[in-house]
Order: sequence, then structure tokens, then C-alpha cells
Amino acid sequence: MESADSGAPVTRADITLTVNGDLLRIDVDTRSSLLDVLREGLGLTGAKKGCDHGQCGACTVLADGRRVNACLLLAVAADGLEVTTVEGLADGDVLSPVQEAFLGRDAYQCGYCTPGQLCSATAVLDEAARGWPSAVTADVADAPDLDDAEIRERMSGNLCRCGAYVNIVAAVREAASPEPVQEVVR
Amino acid sequence: MRSFTYARAATAQDALDACTGETRYLGGGTNLVDLMRLGVETPGKLVDVTRLPHDAIEHRPDGGVLIGAAVRNSDLAADPGVRERFPVLSEALLAGASGQIRNQATVGGNLLQRTRCAYFQDVSKPCNKRAPGSGCPAIEGEHHNLAVLGASPSCVATHPSDMAVALSLLDARVRVRRRDGEDVVALDSLYRDPGDDPSRDTTLDPGDLITGVEIPGPAGMPAKYRKVRERASFAFALVSVAGGIDVRDGRIHDSRIALGGVAHRPWRARRAEDVLRGAPATEESLRRAAATELERAEPLRDNGYKVSLAANLIVAVLGDLIGGRS
Ligand SMILES: Cc1cc2nc3c(=O)[nH]c(=O)nc-3n(C[C@H](O)[C@H](O)[C@H](O)COP(=O)(O)OP(=O)(O)OC[C@H]3O[C@@H](n4cnc5c(N)ncnc54)[C@H](O)[C@@H]3O)c2cc1C
Ligand code: SF4
Ligand code: FES
Ligand code: FES
Repeated sequence: MESADSGAPVTRADITLTVNGDLLRIDVDTRSSLLDVLREGLGLTGAKKGCDHGQCGACTVLADGRRVNACLLLAVAADGLEVTTVEGLADGDVLSPVQEAFLGRDAYQCGYCTPGQLCSATAVLDEAARGWPSAVTADVADAPDLDDAEIRERMSGNLCRCGAYVNIVAAVREAASPEPVQEVVR
Repeated sequence: MRSFTYARAATAQDALDACTGETRYLGGGTNLVDLMRLGVETPGKLVDVTRLPHDAIEHRPDGGVLIGAAVRNSDLAADPGVRERFPVLSEALLAGASGQIRNQATVGGNLLQRTRCAYFQDVSKPCNKRAPGSGCPAIEGEHHNLAVLGASPSCVATHPSDMAVALSLLDARVRVRRRDGEDVVALDSLYRDPGDDPSRDTTLDPGDLITGVEIPGPAGMPAKYRKVRERASFAFALVSVAGGIDVRDGRIHDSRIALGGVAHRPWRARRAEDVLRGAPATEESLRRAAATELERAEPLRDNGYKVSLAANLIVAVLGDLIGGRS
């Protein structure tokens, strides 16, 4: 933070983050994004730097359970948050329902966008459970079901250069529905 | 990126006191951090205003609502009272950016986000808004998505916010904390036309802190937000319309219209509203109103399509409301 007793301007800060359940104290340059701290500082390279401008979603992580673009969030401003990256979605060797669905539906090709897609989809399910509408919800006062149009709109902040969208939508639909849509073949 | 110090304000007074010289307030950072990375913004100090106590949505007994400046765009869009009573505001918010960005973006930051003009964002190019006096390459250059109304020979930038267009329709007022006290500014007086000083997006002075937005009450008429963009989602508006209309016995009793993507500000179409008041509720009236508003349009070489697009959108949005097809 800022030095009370003058001297050189303080451009580093001590922050506290909980990352995938671990409480960490980290010294950061005020310019560092959360993404750079995760990737370079903590070696959590799941979240990707696709654009560094908020345009692609490859850097999506959950902060206090909400999806955010880690590239546009300054680490110093993230002080105190609980961060979940793609590395923290599974419970040990047990994949999360969203991860299982992506695997079962083959919802990726190169996999570069996948960590962001997984974190984003995890949050999409949570937002839908809380009754949040979207831009394609006919009446925003309603809490819509996650049909394909809703899924596409809600996932629109995650680009996929390989164009795996069809299977991504199917995977999110499967993760969203309480019972499997059909037999999952691996 | 230039080095900067960071301070977190706990009260509005803290924020004002901490704001000296080359300071910027930091909201969600979704615009500011991006512009710092591009070298467009080079503050020596950031004062984080996201943890100020202005973080609530307060529905008042008189039907109005007070929205704290630190409220996140997604929380505002999802607020049950807003969805029920100001649905056009939820619609506009949800039409903007992505789920991730809306989770980070604050109401204050959304209002003060900068133009997406490509020259403004490219420090290797001249731009009167970024470097006053250096010229406006957009007028001869790439301007297909820039302004057709209220622009000047100095700048043809558009204001990119969807939320602000709905707030304009809702006659919102912005609460501002200044060095010399509190102020409440009508949204339409917050923004300005570029004139010969495009470096200023708004009428605020440096250091002025937005603490909230108040909406006096529901529009009193059905209203709808519709946005046209180059792809189905996650893109800025080419043109957007927030339109409301109150029809009684076949006549238009009242109407409110605000346009996005066409000007340096959310463009309240008051001339069109005047034409509509008292007119029969027909498509012809809507066409005439839209044409009257857009008479003043001064399209550039490559953005004339916005004039007909805006007219068609006004007619479509209001026509759907009249026909009960929203
Ligand atoms: C890829 C992408 C797509 C987008 N698409 C859209 C879109 O379709 N529609 C749309 O409307 N927007 C869109 N946006 C823009 C987005 O809505 C804005 O970036 C966001 O609303 C800004 O809010 P913030 O809190 O992050 O502001 P910040 O980036 O923190 O701040 C923006 C400006 O406001 C100032 N500021 C912040 N808070 C205050 C305050 N309380 N008082 C005074 N000054 C303050 C800052 O100093 C800065 O100058 C998009 C952004 C990105 C990155
Ligand atoms: S339109 Fe405005 S922002 Fe764009 S280059 Fe011209 S002066 Fe700069
Ligand atoms: S790297 Fe963050 S959105 Fe592209
Ligand atoms: S799987 Fe390759 S970018 Fe999406």
C-alpha cells in the first residue's frame, strides 16, 4: 500500500489470497494482474493469457465464487479474495460435474480455452441456480432454464479458436441438467 | 505499464483526500487497467473505490431506487426489484460485455468508461481526445462505428455504455462527491458533446467521485432495450435503443427514447419524443418521429448506415411495444 512516512513511492504490496483453499501471503508489484501472479508467481498455469484485454475469457477464474477475467483484475485489488482456478475445480481425483461433462462431450480440441471455459461454465450453473436472467431471457423478471440459447449467451465471454462451441454447449447443458442427457461414452 | 502506488479508500472523504495530481479512481478496472496496459492512461496512483460503503441497491418507498457506485453490473442486472420495476435497465446491462466483465465492472466505472475509438486506444496515432491538438484521424480514417449525432470536427467518438442509455431513458441522476460538497447531476448533464474539447468525456472535474445513481421512479410506461451489433453477443453496439411508450385510446400519451452508439453521449431523442406526444399510435407517427430526430445526423463516409439503422430500431422497438410484442 502507500507509505505513510514518505520516502520512495511504494509500488509493491503485501496481499493475502486464498488460492484453491490455500491461504497465501504474497508480495506483488502493484502492476501485476491476478493472472500473472497465478501463472508466474504461483505456477498455476491453468488459466491462460489469450488476449490480456478481457476479450477472450481464457483467463477466467472464480473470485469469491464469481467468474472474473484475471487479466483485468489487479492482484493488489484482489487482496483478501478466495480464488479458485481450474486446478481447484476437482476434489482430488474426482472431477467436478462440469469437468466430467466436458470430458464426456469432447468439449475441446486444443484445450487452450478449456480452463477458462470450465471456470466460466461452473459460474454459469451457479448464476442460473440463483435465478439470474441473461440478454436472451424474454422477460428479465423470470429465472429461465438453461436451454441452448441461454447457454450460448452466458458463455459468450469465452472464445474458442478451435470452434468447439457445439460440444461446449452440450457439455454445459449436460452439467446443468440433474440427470445425464444420454449415456456418456469415453 | 508505468509504476503506480495503490491506496484503498474506506470513505468518500478518504478517496477525495487521496486523490492528488495523476490519480485515477479504480473501480473494477475492466476499462482502466486495459487502458493502462495500452499506455493510454498513465496514472502515478490508483485509489481503489470498490470497497467504499456505496455498494447497495436501495429501493425507496416513493418508487425510486438508489444504486451505489460500487455495485457490480451483474448484481444490478440481477436485482429482483430492478428486474421487476426497471427491466429496461437490466436488459441494457445484460446486453453489455460478458458475464465475467459484468461481475467486475462497477456502476461508477461503467458510466465513466472511455470510448472504444481505435485511435484513442493506440498511442502511436494522433487523437484529440487522448492528446489534445494532435488531430482526429478517425474522420478521414476508420469510423464505421463512430458518431452520427452531436459530433464535431475535433472528435467523432461514441460513448460505449449500454447501461447509460437505459439510465438516460429513466431520467437518472448521478450523485457526485466534489471537493466543495455533494452534487446531484442529471445523467444528460453528466455527459457532453465533444465540441472543441474532446479530452473531456463528461462535465465532471478531475477528482470528482461518483457515489451513486438515483432513478426517481419507474418510467410509467413499458420500455425495452434493443442493441444491434456485429455479432450476436459480446460486442459493443453499432446502434442501440432504449424506448418506452404509453398509448391511451389509440394515441401516444408519452414516450421516452434514448440512443446508444450514435454520439459522444447516450443520446436522449427528445425531438422524437415531442413529435410522438399526442400523435396517433401508428407506424407513420413512429417513422416521422425517428426522421425528425435524425434530421440532424451528420454521417461520415462510412457510417451513414447508422442513421437508417437508428430510425428502423426506434420504429421497431416502439412498434413492438404498441403491438404488445415485446
Ligand atoms: C472486452 C470488453 C467488452 C465490453 N463490452 C461492453 C459492452 O458491450 N457494453 C458496455 O456498456 N460496456 C462494455 N465493456 C465496458 C465495460 O462495461 C466497462 O469496462 C466497465 O463498465 C467499467 O467499469 P469498471 O468498474 O471496471 O471501471 P474502471 O475500469 O475501474 O474505471 C473506468 C473509469 O471510471 C473511473 N471511475 C471508476 N469508478 C469511479 C467513481 N466511483 N467515481 C469517479 N470515477 C470513477 C476510473 O478512474 C476510470 O477512468 C466492455 C469491456 C471489455 C473489456
Ligand atoms: S474520434 Fe475522438 S477519440 Fe477517435 S481519434 Fe478522433 S479525437 Fe480521438
Ligand atoms: S486473457 Fe483475460 S480475457 Fe483474454
Ligand atoms: S479448444 Fe482450442 S481454443 Fe478452444
